[in-house]
Amino acid sequence: MTAESKPIDIPAIRRDFPLLSREVNGRQLVYLDNGATSQKPQTVIDAIADYYSRYNANIHRGVHALSQEASQVYEEARATVQKHLGAGNVNEIIFTRGTTESINLVAATYGRMHVQAGDEVLITAMEHHSNIVPWQMLCEEKNAKLVVVPVNDAGELRTDEFGKLLSAKTKIVALTQVSNTLGTVNPVKALIAQAHAKNIPVLVDGAQAVPHMAVDVRDIDADFYAFSGHKTFGPTGIGVLYVRESILETLPPYQGGGGIIKTVTFEKTEYADAPLKFEAGTPNIEGAIGLAKALDYINAIGLDNIHAYENQLLEYATAKLSAIAGLRIIGTAKEKAAVISFVIEGIHPFDIGMALDAQGIAVRTGHHCTQPLMDRFSIPGTVRASFAFYNTKEEVDLLAAGLTKAVKILA
Amino acid sequence: MTTISEAGNEIAEDFMMIEDPLDKFGFLIDLGKNLEPLDESLKTSDRLVKGCQASVWLVSALRDGKVYFSADADADYARGLVAMMIRVLSGHTPDEILQADISFLEKIGLSKMLSMKRAGGLESMIRQMKLDALALKAKTV
Repeated sequence: MTAESKPIDIPAIRRDFPLLSREVNGRQLVYLDNGATSQKPQTVIDAIADYYSRYNANIHRGVHALSQEASQVYEEARATVQKHLGAGNVNEIIFTRGTTESINLVAATYGRMHVQAGDEVLITAMEHHSNIVPWQMLCEEKNAKLVVVPVNDAGELRTDEFGKLLSAKTKIVALTQVSNTLGTVNPVKALIAQAHAKNIPVLVDGAQAVPHMAVDVRDIDADFYAFSGHKTFGPTGIGVLYVRESILETLPPYQGGGGIIKTVTFEKTEYADAPLKFEAGTPNIEGAIGLAKALDYINAIGLDNIHAYENQLLEYATAKLSAIAGLRIIGTAKEKAAVISFVIEGIHPFDIGMALDAQGIAVRTGHHCTQPLMDRFSIPGTVRASFAFYNTKEEVDLLAAGLTKAVKILA
Repeated sequence: MTTISEAGNEIAEDFMMIEDPLDKFGFLIDLGKNLEPLDESLKTSDRLVKGCQASVWLVSALRDGKVYFSADADADYARGLVAMMIRVLSGHTPDEILQADISFLEKIGLSKMLSMKRAGGLESMIRQMKLDALALKAKTV
């Protein structure tokens, strides 16, 4: 634990998350699938109910009181996100459906404008499919090349290769800050500096970073930064794309529709300014409001405190799981978030997942939407336990005991 | 000879006697352990029934007008499921299999039928068993 961080009151926190108290298969739920989605504190659930109970209205159009109230809370939510990410200007925050849509937006606008035949898009071997496929589609459309930075056996990015692969043809770099499968934390600030030295902009997939650590887009100097509400203790269907202001002004709209215009005639449409230009149609209003509440919630605990606690949890879980015979952890980076992917000799990951489920323990099994990464390690999939700040050492003990029972049945 | 629905009900009763979900899981895994493994040469792509996370290879043969199934899987859970279905369906005529009453599955109380059906590939397993029965029936006519 660092000098600045304070211990957090886990029992009190757990009481804020109603779902954590439920039973599954006759046992107290142990929820270790936070990498897929996180649970929601009561304040988020209440904020959504409150919106629909008191001030539901369409935003940015109506002159009536409800519309103005809803618009105001929606825009306050944007300001909360801006502050959370350390963005300089509130207009740099675009609400999307999630990280996937954020990345697609960048590929379809900036990507289409700047990537031409023979150009390159640089990604890494540990990307989630959502940070591979949009770029692959772009490269196919433009006859450009997708270039991949490899990872080493510990699951760390080969930063030496990164530098070499940045070429005069590279038009954009897209990389994850934290690997959803391995937990590897990439040194994004240093990597961005390297790319910027060659005038190449960088998109950071922050889906697995924002729930676990403080992020400052100006400090790391990201050009694009994406994350999802539902992995950050907020609702599903809401996400964020930060775009540096100087780039934002040059981008064409992503989708056509209402809300993004100043004037429309059949001859020509004049677009609204960012961010509304990128939010066609009625947005996910309650999602934005819920997300802001979720960010308020984690900020009240303090991300440095969360980060320190999760590090302790990771260390404890790594030691505990490593003691199980035949268990091999996939992803042993020095800098790691609280994610443990593992395989057990001779047992299919799916069987382990089912055996744990029968004991009320929720983990994820499979390729975790990172098939190329599984190929890199020559495995079909892993079992993944991904933690959040509401998880406890007792739950790690239950996981370890559950695994021991699973091995007994399956071996 | 027990009918398909009798065989299904027998298995359902076995499961219903077990209370703990982990013990139910263990019972299913044990069903799979009793399944004769397939020879590697039979694990071909045309015999593959793909579930979301596990793969099952199904071999069907007709003897004396009855369909006999054998199978293997890469995950124990899927092997247990296919073993259970073989115990219920194997040794019956194509018509009996095509009209099989498999409502016993609703009774066995394994958690989350949906997840089991999709992830474990139970639904596609049963579909393939019926398709094989239909194909074997066509051969006899």
